[in-house]
Order: sequence, then structure tokens, then C-alpha cells
Amino acid sequence: MPERQKGPPRVRSRGRSLRVALFALGASALPSLASALPFWLKLPENVSTYGGQIDGLFYLILWITGIIFVVVEAVLLFFLFRYRHREGKAAHYTHGSNRLEVIWTIVPAVICVVLALMSRRSWAEIKQSIPQGAMNVEILAEQFAWNLRYPGTDGKLNTADDVVTLNQLHIPVGRPVVVSLKAKDVIHSFFLPEFRVKQDAVPGMTTRIWFEATRVGNWEIVCAELCGLGHYRMKGFITVETQENFDKWLADQAAEAAKEADQSS
Amino acid sequence: MSTIALPRELPPGVHPEPTSFWRKYIFSLDHKVIGKQYLFYALFMLVVGGLLATLVRWQLAWPGKPIGFMGKLMPEGMPGGVMLPEFYNSMFTMHATIMIFFAIMPLLIGAFGNFVVPLQIGARDMAFPTLNMLSFWTAVPAAVVIIWSFFVTGGAAGGGWTSYAPLSAIAPKGQTLWLIALLLLGLSSLLTAVNFITTVINLRAPGLTFFRLPLTVWALFVTAVLLLLALPVLSGAMIMLLFDRVLGTTFFLPAGLVISGQPLTNAGGGQALLWQHLFWFFGHPEVYIMILPAMGITSEILPVFARKPIFGYRAMAYSMLGIAGLGWIVWGHHMFMSGMNPILGTTFMISTMVIAVPSAIKTFNWLGTLWGGSIRFTTPMLNALAFVSMFVIGGLSGIFMASTPVDIFIHDTYFIVGHIHYVLFGGSLFGAFAGLYFWFPKMFGRMMNERWGKIHFFLTFIAYNCVFFPMHFLGMRGMQRRIYDYTEYAHLKGLQPMNQFMTISLFVLGAAQVILVLNFFLSMRRGPKAGPNPWLANTLEWQTSSPPPHENFHDIPTVHRGPYEFSAPERADDYWPQNEAPSGRSVTAHG
Repeated sequence: MPERQKGPPRVRSRGRSLRVALFALGASALPSLASALPFWLKLPENVSTYGGQIDGLFYLILWITGIIFVVVEAVLLFFLFRYRHREGKAAHYTHGSNRLEVIWTIVPAVICVVLALMSRRSWAEIKQSIPQGAMNVEILAEQFAWNLRYPGTDGKLNTADDVVTLNQLHIPVGRPVVVSLKAKDVIHSFFLPEFRVKQDAVPGMTTRIWFEATRVGNWEIVCAELCGLGHYRMKGFITVETQENFDKWLADQAAEAAKEADQSS
Repeated sequence: MSTIALPRELPPGVHPEPTSFWRKYIFSLDHKVIGKQYLFYALFMLVVGGLLATLVRWQLAWPGKPIGFMGKLMPEGMPGGVMLPEFYNSMFTMHATIMIFFAIMPLLIGAFGNFVVPLQIGARDMAFPTLNMLSFWTAVPAAVVIIWSFFVTGGAAGGGWTSYAPLSAIAPKGQTLWLIALLLLGLSSLLTAVNFITTVINLRAPGLTFFRLPLTVWALFVTAVLLLLALPVLSGAMIMLLFDRVLGTTFFLPAGLVISGQPLTNAGGGQALLWQHLFWFFGHPEVYIMILPAMGITSEILPVFARKPIFGYRAMAYSMLGIAGLGWIVWGHHMFMSGMNPILGTTFMISTMVIAVPSAIKTFNWLGTLWGGSIRFTTPMLNALAFVSMFVIGGLSGIFMASTPVDIFIHDTYFIVGHIHYVLFGGSLFGAFAGLYFWFPKMFGRMMNERWGKIHFFLTFIAYNCVFFPMHFLGMRGMQRRIYDYTEYAHLKGLQPMNQFMTISLFVLGAAQVILVLNFFLSMRRGPKAGPNPWLANTLEWQTSSPPPHENFHDIPTVHRGPYEFSAPERADDYWPQNEAPSGRSVTAHG
């Protein structure tokens, strides 16, 4: 297994304690259980810098809703048993309690609003801010393929030295990647399950998203939005490699493209 | 009761019952007959939708495995019995379309709404009987068109029930028929909505104030208001899409579209996301349109069989109004990943989290109703209890997708499919089953078989959970919805056994429904006579004969109290009909 690499810290200090608490909750609960659980009870491995936040929120909500679920169903079953019809025992005549109504309005409201506020922080970091020093890639989705465009030696997209590939996304590890998503025909959705990345590619729009890989390896690109009869096989491949290997790969691609251009001219 | 068992001497102002077959059973103006027409319509479409689901699940359990006879039945979509991807897309699209628009809505609103509302408010019929007939007979051609669409070139619509543009704008002909069918059905629902609202406002019996209305009527009233306001938006969007398809407009088609290497000539100026905004502006209230009536039915049945007043009547009514209000400002949560401005996503997340509160209030009040009750486990009660326990799951799983960062991962996965089925099957359909067992005696004058009812319930409840609960696990693994063959993907390896388990459970679930169908039809002829009030309930429909006469009530009843006065300490009987005149010492009843 390759060494796990850490990305540059980009976490704003505001809200750090909240996030630490969140991770602590997820982290303390997980390892003890994780080894015993079958694979389908777990989220897939996470290989992006912000994936841990998403997973932390997922497990936090799972704990909260799980506890509410167990309590509500247990109370329901208990009432069904305890207050089953028995001869000679009349039902208790009551129309309700305003105090209880207030309690069970406010408590869920507070839980939900707190969850919303916690989610807002991660959401802002993931979708509303683009980190500095990122590598730019353009992805043009079409029925049923991913067209990828890398800046060439000039470091700029949409110039003559761009490198173009089909269904093969290579990125360097430990460096943020900014993807400009476009679509040629219908709506597609760029989904990297292990990176916790998903964004629709909408024709007529360019949507910019970012992510950063924490380790090298090979995974798949999935189309998550129904795009026609070949939707199920609109699959791509993502390769995360070291910066040197990535640079070498990009240069090879450029050289190959130049050779093909020479042959055809 | 004075209102029953009188000779057929018509009260003043009441038309005699029509005698010809056509006017009595086919083009009837009687809300009770129209309700039953909707019931048969919806149950038939429920079977169609269920069969489509079976095909979808077959493909998911055994991708590419042929089904011999289907090759003969559908040679285009399943040559040699092997399902093609485009046919698979049609199957899940039509499954959802038929279940949502042609089964659940007609069942809850068309059937129970039509049958129950005039009876529960003590009216002789709907405010506009002719409009009511027209509304049913607009829904019939809609069903014909949607079934016809299976047999046109290119097959039925395959763009998902949400039919996102531009895919839906460039799809084969089946999509046009899909649009026409839903436009017709939308018109039908609008007529129904106007009728319900007018009826509830104007035709309530003397003394029946809004806060003495049964909660079923409250739910259907709120539902009708939602329908009236939401459907025109969907219809407008569908007309625009129809124009894009046949008249060359470009409402949803941005410039520069290239389809299969060919530039699309009539593209430019449109917005793909506009469709999603319009669709979900309708689509989220639509979810509540499908769940509110079932909430009403549950709130009706729990007090009857717990022999106890509903806990927090006003909280129940207000929370429905709360849902109806908040339902308009949450549509963007379907579009978190669409490329919509992420700041907008945050506001929709907050409103979505808040809309969980009224549902929580309702759940706690249902528990409160059971607390201290004297619970009878009849078939309607078991189904209503299933509604409560399953709706809890559907409600809680909604919190996951409300959280925008979590939604990044689970959006468009089976987690969402699991969630919606816990709301629409665990919620709406168990509510509908509860209503069916509850009002069957009133509709047909006979009781359904309790033993078979319970067998049907337990088989359904267990099989249902085996089919739908694992969907959450599939979603957690990142399995996309609407996918023809997931075995192509590395991250979905190892999920086939679970999918097979779900499909086999679906066969059990389907087989269990045969029991319901047999019980339904056999009880109609052979069930024991029900009598006017077999459940000893308070609301007005139980204070007339079963089935009620053409004019419903000989004399319009006068209402003296709220609908759920059970086990009042000062009475010998544990129920207290709404129209029973107070005798002697008057009691301040709730209301």
C-alpha cells in the first residue's frame, strides 16, 4: 500500500471545535464496529480530503436518526403491548397536552437546525470555495463518454497545446484539482464514489468543482444522472499518481498527440 | 339512529336515483359510485405498476437473464426475453409514473376522497357532481394513452418519472404520449381539487365547524389546495416541453447542443435547469399530496381502534397546514447537485430541515393517541400502525439527503429510492390499505375477512421491509438509481446477492397481494353484513346505512361535537356519534 499523503490544511479555524467533535464521534464509534460489520453496512473507502467530513456528517445523522428510530419504535411497541384491549379496562380520556406539543415541536426543530448549520460549514468549503494552486481540468460529458482536457505546458486551458483524453482522468495526489464540468447533449452527473464527489454536468452551463486525492490508486468515474440507453456503461477511470508520474504521463500524452497530428498532416 | 332504515321516501330537493345501467354505474354523478370507479381504476393500475417493478427487479437480480415469455410479449424491448437497456429505462420510468399518478393519487384522493368526504361532512354529494364525473372520465383516456405508449415505436417514455430536459426533449415518441397522458390527468386532478375545496367549504352539515372536521377531511382539503396550486405549474412546464418536442420551441434547449455528433438545429436560448425548477416546484408538494391523505386516514383509524380521542387534534390540523405552507419552499433540495448556486442550496437545506418538524409532531401525536388506549388489533388498525412505524423510517432517512454535504454522496443512489419507497409504500400504500379495510364495509355493505386480512398484512409488512430496507445499504455503497447493469462497476461488486434477496422478497410481496384481491372480491359477495356502524365510530359516514342510500342521509345530520369522542367518562358507550343530540347535562366536548 502506498503512503497516505496529507493535503495542505485549508480548514478555517472557525468551527474547528465543532468539526473536531464531529470527527471524534465518528472516529470513536467507527473502528470498534467497523471491523465486525459486513462491507455493505459501510460507506466505501474515502480517498479525498473532504470525504471524511461528509462521512462524519453521515454517521452523525445515522446515530441521531438511529436513536430516534429505536426509541420511537420501542415506545410504539411498548404502547401496543401495554395498552392492548382488555375487558373491563377503559381507555384514558384525554385530548392531548399543550406542554408536550411544545416540547416535541422544539426538540426536533433544534436538532434539525443544528444539523443544517453543521452541514452548511462543510457545504461551503466543498462547493462554495475553490482552493488556490489547483490543477485545472475540463470535462465535457456526452452520451456516453467523458472527454477530458488538460492544460499543456502553458498551464492554460483551451489553447493549442491542450492534452485531450477519453474516459481517462489522471490527477496528481495531494494537490487540489478544479474541474470545469460541461455537457454536450443531455444532463450527466460526474460521480466519484470514493472521493465523495458528485456534480451534474448540464448542457449550456459550466460548473466548477474541486477535490483533492489523499492517496494514489485507480478508481472509476460513474455517470449518476440518467442520460439515455447507454447510461449504465458511461464509465470512466480515474488514476491518482505522484506529481512526477503525472507530469510524465501528461508529457507522453502530448507527445503521442503530436505524433498522430504529424502522421495525419 | 333516526337516519337509517327508513323506507325509500325521498327527502325534498333530492333527485331519485338513476335506473339505467349507464347512468347508474358508468356515467354516474354519485360521488360514491365515482369513488368506487376510482378505486377499481387505481387498483388495476397498481397491479400494472407492480408488474413493471417486477421486471425492473428481475434485471437487477439477474442482469441479462432472459424471461422466455416476455420475448414473445415484447419482442422489441426484450428480444429473446433479454431486456434491452432502453426497455429497462422505460420500465422504471413507467413504474414510477403509473404508481404516482395513476395508482396512489387516484386511490387516496379519487377513491377515498370522493367516497368519504361528502359522507363525513354530512353532504348529499359533491358540490359539482357533473364536474366529478368529468374528472373521472378525463382520467380514463389518460390511462389509455399511457398504456398505449408501451406499443409505439421506441417504446414508452424512458427518461425517468422526472423526465429531465434535454433528454426528454429529444426522446422518442413515447415521451410525447407520456406528456399528453399526464396533461389529461392533471386536468382531471384540477377538477377534483376545485370540487373538494368547494364541497368542504360550503356543504358541511350544520354544527360541523372546521375544528370538528374528521382529520381525513382536513387532510384531503389541504391536499386539494396543494393540487390546485401545484398542478398548473407542472402542466405549464409539460406544455412547454411538448412545444419543444413538436413545435420547435427551445424553452429547455440551450445553444450548441450536439446529439450523437449532430448539432441540434432547434436549440438555443433555453435553460435545461428551468425544467427542474418547474418540475420540483410541483414535485415536492406532490410528495405531500400523496402522503397527507394517508396521514389523515391514519389519524382517523388510530382513535377508533384505540377507543380514545386523537391526541392533539389542533396540532394535527396545524401541522398539516404547516406542511402545506413549507412544502412550497423546499423544492431545491432535489437540485443540490444540479449546478444550482450552492448558496441557494444552503437556504433549501434549512427549509427542508424545518419541514421535518410537522411530520415529527404528527408522529408523536399518533404515539400519544395510543398511550392509555384500549387497542383493538383489527386489520385497518394494523395497517395504520404500519403506516406510523414505516413513515418514521421514511421521515428519518429524509434527514440524510436534506444535509447538503451528505447528499453529495447519496444523491441519485438507491438511498433515495429506499427513502421514497418508505414514504410512498410504507406510508401512502399502507395508509391506503388501512382505508380500504376500514371503509370497505361502508362501500359494499359487507365485512372483509379479518383472518385473511391479517395474513395479508403480515406477509406484506415483512416482505415489504425485505424489498426496500436493503435499498439503503445499496445507496450507502454508492449504487446509482436507474442503472441497467451495476455489475459493470468495481465499487458495486458483491451487491448481487442482496439484489437477488430483494427481488425474491418482491415475488413474495406480489403474491401476498393475491390474498387482498381475493379477499376484496369474495367479501363483496360473501362477507357478513356490516350494518351501519361496524367499528362503533363517531363520524357521520357511520351514522347512515352501509352502503349509504343514493342521497347519503335521509335528513341532513346536525353535528354536536368533535369526531373522536371515545371513552368519555360520563357515558356508558365508549363512542359518541358526532350527530347524537346532547341529552340531559351537557358536556363540554372537545372541538
